[in-house]
Amino acid sequence: MYDDDHTLMEAAKKLRDLGIKVKTVYSPFPIHGIDPIIGVKRTRMAIVSFMFGITGTSLALLGMWYFMIHDWPMNIGGKPSFSLIENLPAFIPVTFEFTVLCAAHGMAITYLLRNGTLPGMPASNPDPRTTDDKFVMEVHTSDNHGHSGDELKDILKDSGIIEISEREIES
Amino acid sequence: MHKEAAIRQPLILGHKTYHDITVDVVGPIENKAPKMWYVLMSIAGLISIWGLGCITYLIATGIGTWGLNKTVGWAWDITNFVWWVGIGHAGTLISAVLLLFRQRWRMAINRSAEAMTIFAVMMAALFPGIHMGRIWVAYWVLPLPNTFGSLWVNFNSPLLWDVFAISTYFSVSLVFWYIGLIPDFATIRDRMVKPLPKKIYGILSFGWSGKAKHWTRFEEVSLVLAGLATPLVFSVHSIVSMDFATSVIPGWHTTIFPPYFVAGAVFSGFAMVLTLLLIMRKAMNLENYVTIKHVEYMNIIIIVTGSIVGVAYLTELFVSWYSGVEYESYAFINRFSGPYAWAYWSMMTCNVISPQLFWIKKIRTNLTFTFILSIVVNIGMWFERFVIIVTSLHRDYVPSSWTMFYPTWVDIGIFIGTIGIFFTLFLLFARFFPVLALNELKSILKISGESYKNNDSAH
Repeated sequence: MYDDDHTLMEAAKKLRDLGIKVKTVYSPFPIHGIDPIIGVKRTRMAIVSFMFGITGTSLALLGMWYFMIHDWPMNIGGKPSFSLIENLPAFIPVTFEFTVLCAAHGMAITYLLRNGTLPGMPASNPDPRTTDDKFVMEVHTSDNHGHSGDELKDILKDSGIIEISEREIES
Repeated sequence: MHKEAAIRQPLILGHKTYHDITVDVVGPIENKAPKMWYVLMSIAGLISIWGLGCITYLIATGIGTWGLNKTVGWAWDITNFVWWVGIGHAGTLISAVLLLFRQRWRMAINRSAEAMTIFAVMMAALFPGIHMGRIWVAYWVLPLPNTFGSLWVNFNSPLLWDVFAISTYFSVSLVFWYIGLIPDFATIRDRMVKPLPKKIYGILSFGWSGKAKHWTRFEEVSLVLAGLATPLVFSVHSIVSMDFATSVIPGWHTTIFPPYFVAGAVFSGFAMVLTLLLIMRKAMNLENYVTIKHVEYMNIIIIVTGSIVGVAYLTELFVSWYSGVEYESYAFINRFSGPYAWAYWSMMTCNVISPQLFWIKKIRTNLTFTFILSIVVNIGMWFERFVIIVTSLHRDYVPSSWTMFYPTWVDIGIFIGTIGIFFTLFLLFARFFPVLALNELKSILKISGESYKNNDSAH
């Protein structure tokens, strides 16, 4: 456990240089620049959003073509009602809104599911102070067979750490 | 880490640590509410009950209880609708547009501004709903297969666009707001001692634990949502303006409406944010987070949008003359010299002249003055919508049907009621929710915090 994001980042760098794998980091706010150090890959959330958005666009256009052009064409103020392309300008607002609706909600739902953050889920942060002002780095001995537990402890002790705790993790 | 120019003023005053930020924001939730909160809550609650009573009476009796007549078919209800939607715009502008522009000062105000957006849009959505008269068939606005043959809703109509725009806007703002709230609820959950609040905040926080991977996703999702919400916010008020602009009523049928409405919306929204924040920072001792600099920035946005609105008014007048269309010209001559001239000139004074006072630095950094002006602006913006809607309708093509609009107590009652409901919701928010975005403020502490700025070399 660390009490400063900067110290933790320096420590993580040191561990990486020694070839020690950090499992994850718990922090009260996003630490910029930590991801490449501890090997967190870039998220694909933006791609998810794009896919949902495209789906929304297609559904909106398909729906309006069916309602307004195919199933029940109406002559409203002499506006073209027999061709999707000719009537497209009037369909743009709803297409846009529906695209945004699908992209935003699709992404938000994916985000919650992938994080495993859903109503009623138990919190998994190791210490309640990590949502306030402390930063925890989790190092598993099972990921680092080259170093014994005591060795890891010694290395961590030199990194400006304020607390070390050892836990048996069932897996 | 990002560096910020030394000449920029710090955004977090006082020598705060991460822990201090948590205590300052979560403290009011943990402690007992001050007496003032109960007083305000009772007043707002009573007004809400009055408003709900008026709405019930309206629905039970019919919209004949409003002051509408054959000539003026839209008046207070739609004025209130546009007014509330407009107020909502500032929240999204602060959280989305300023996020894209990397404006760090938004972080102290975005949470409460977004809450304001959501509550304002709820109030706005009420009006088209009750204006339908038969609210129990409100689901007819959706493209549903029905028992009357395969007749569908009309996708050429701006009123239907509005249904899609408002519902998308409301739900996306809600999601954006909530995703930002999740980590902060986790902070409260981990601080709570009593089992019941701990349990409730535990459910609200969705089991958030702040893993590095989750934070990466959090930042990406926030950025993409901001990117989606930015065109959304501009589209919503553009579509609201098309409810008027696509009709053939002189005074409504103008192409200037979408940008003019959007600027007006941001203008009134920022005024409402200021009204609420100036009270909140005082009541909850948040002076170190919502600083004079924040207020000044918001006042600058008010000058800019207020001036855009002013230019739009003048352009409208010019074009009505330049068009050479008799009816168009008359609509505008009637506005500024007809029986509703008092409303037109109140609008002009409140919206065009009063914000120009903010060019003077002393005035835009004076809190009392800002507070008064923020209310003046919102009164002006209400009159703007009233002027646009009522003065364009009350004298139509047939002089024998010219008339005036007189609101009934139900018109006025519902409007006052929505203000009550809005403040009730906002007071509940201020009491039980983290009013500042904790995680975002902590992430800028080292960049824009006062103690860190002054000895940059140490960090």
